[in-house]
Amino acid sequence: MLSSCCDFYTLKGVLHKMATNSDLNKKNAVNVRDMIAEKKKKRNFSNVTEKMIPTILIIIASISILTTVGIIYTLLAESIEFFKIVPIWEFFTGTVLKPLSQNPEFGILPLITGTVISSIIAMLVAGPIGLMSAIYLSEYASDKVRRTIKPLLEILAGIPTIVYGFFAFTFVTPVIRSIFPAVEATNILSPGIVMGVMIIPMIASLSEDAMTAVPNSMREGALALGATKLETTFRVVIPAALSGIISSFVLGISRAIGETMIVTIASGSSKNFTFDITQSMQTMTAYIVEVSGGDAPAGSTIYYSLYAVALTLFVFTLIMNLLARYVSRKFREEY
Amino acid sequence: MKYIDDVQVQKRMSSRVTKNNVLKNLFLAATLFGLVVLAILLIRVISQGAAWIDWNFLTGRLSTNADRAGIMGAILGTSWLMLIVIPVTIFIGVGTAIYLELYAKKGKFQSFVATNISNLAGVPSIVYGLLGLTIFVRAMDFGNAIIAGGLTLSLLVLPIVIVAAQEAIRAVPQHLSEASYGMGATKWQTVKGIILPAAIPGILTGSILALSRAIGETAPLTVLGIPALLIPFPGNIFDTFTALPMQIYYWTLDSSLVQEYAYLAAATIIVLLVLLFLLNSIAIIIRNKFQQRY
Repeated sequence: MLSSCCDFYTLKGVLHKMATNSDLNKKNAVNVRDMIAEKKKKRNFSNVTEKMIPTILIIIASISILTTVGIIYTLLAESIEFFKIVPIWEFFTGTVLKPLSQNPEFGILPLITGTVISSIIAMLVAGPIGLMSAIYLSEYASDKVRRTIKPLLEILAGIPTIVYGFFAFTFVTPVIRSIFPAVEATNILSPGIVMGVMIIPMIASLSEDAMTAVPNSMREGALALGATKLETTFRVVIPAALSGIISSFVLGISRAIGETMIVTIASGSSKNFTFDITQSMQTMTAYIVEVSGGDAPAGSTIYYSLYAVALTLFVFTLIMNLLARYVSRKFREEY
Repeated sequence: MKYIDDVQVQKRMSSRVTKNNVLKNLFLAATLFGLVVLAILLIRVISQGAAWIDWNFLTGRLSTNADRAGIMGAILGTSWLMLIVIPVTIFIGVGTAIYLELYAKKGKFQSFVATNISNLAGVPSIVYGLLGLTIFVRAMDFGNAIIAGGLTLSLLVLPIVIVAAQEAIRAVPQHLSEASYGMGATKWQTVKGIILPAAIPGILTGSILALSRAIGETAPLTVLGIPALLIPFPGNIFDTFTALPMQIYYWTLDSSLVQEYAYLAAATIIVLLVLLFLLNSIAIIIRNKFQQRY
């Protein structure tokens, strides 16, 4: 009896335990279901993010395309307005540029000669010196020398163009004038030279990359045949790296054409159609600075001329950049 | 039969070796030419400008009186520009790079975007100035405010940041992202948690170099019509402003009228170059510290 009583109590206890257990189980079951639902919800959310991200990224990536579209659209739209007033033929063959006179004339040839001449001067400086630096760094210099000189050349490349402009105007021009007094205070020669110095690091480093890419086995072959280092460089390395070297030159020209501050400061704003490098000449870029800085009222002919000149400049540099890429792809020697 | 005429070879040998040695020195001289010009430029700027740098110059307001002129306004303007350029270029640049490297299918659109970016890198900075003038200054009517200048400069250096971020992402080893996928991570979780943290040093280095290019740019700002008048210090991004390179530009132009302005320009150049030097040092430190962690 006692035992049964005890049994009864135990049974009751067990039953009670079972009940609480099943309660617990029930609770747990609910919990798991909740958790699964929650997990699903979370996964849905992360699925949504997962699906949204590519779209968001495409939108961000298309900003760079919008920039191109923006540039081309603004240049074309405003240039078309300009060519309604000034015939396109007159613009590209006119040798007189008098935007501010009573009877304004818009011929772009003075600006084009200024741009071309300053670029030629710059390349006469940067081409040979840049190439020779590249030859020295890639063929002659020891590793240690190369590792000291390259960062210094990078500093030269990192100096803002306005600083070069200051240098051309306050140092190079006075030096040139003390040697050749006939040179004017603002002239195209001095900014051309300084622009060349600015471009040296670019040509040197791009040409050097092209020359370092030539496999050593080719150099060793030439040296083993008894060629000197110089002969190896000119007969083997340079021909093999020619596409890279030419494209570095073309990129240098493109850089010179688009350079603004040096010529704006040191070459003045004379719009004469001349080939005399001792005189002041205006480039396309300097014209844009002068006219836009003078607060040309929107809608005036001179305001539209800004865009026509910029469009010409844009086409010039675009052709150069495409040419550089074409040369380096088309004529690359694969080893 | 003799293939090689020894006498002939001997005779020519010395002249060939001399030629080699002479030209070697010529090449060395050409390499040093750039460095000599760099030295002259720095010596010239420092000798003209160093004496003018003092506390009053750094914190003073612009003045037509050379002795009292200060460049605080230009320093603030340049700082504001940096505050816009950094977030805008990193956000757009890294986003574009992630898309091109990790999401885009190799196809026409991807190669179109890539070609477009390399073309944008070759567009002269002054053309960006005209774009900024037309869109930000006129169409959006910001006027020549900080935001117009900052956005223009951001677009200008965007290609640099994109290319740097692309290279940084490409340099993250494949096995890291594979491990992440293996643990069941989704693509975006892998990008966010594994690839981007590993690529951050490279991205930062590229962004800082782009930033130093942006704050030295003058041409786009001249087109936007940034004044060098005695304007109050800018307080928010919609205020007109002047920047260090603009200050150098105006003082250089006027140096033929007032000799002292050339010295002020030189002093401002020193400030700008020190700023650029600091930025580049930070970039180099980041690059060295985090190089080849994997």
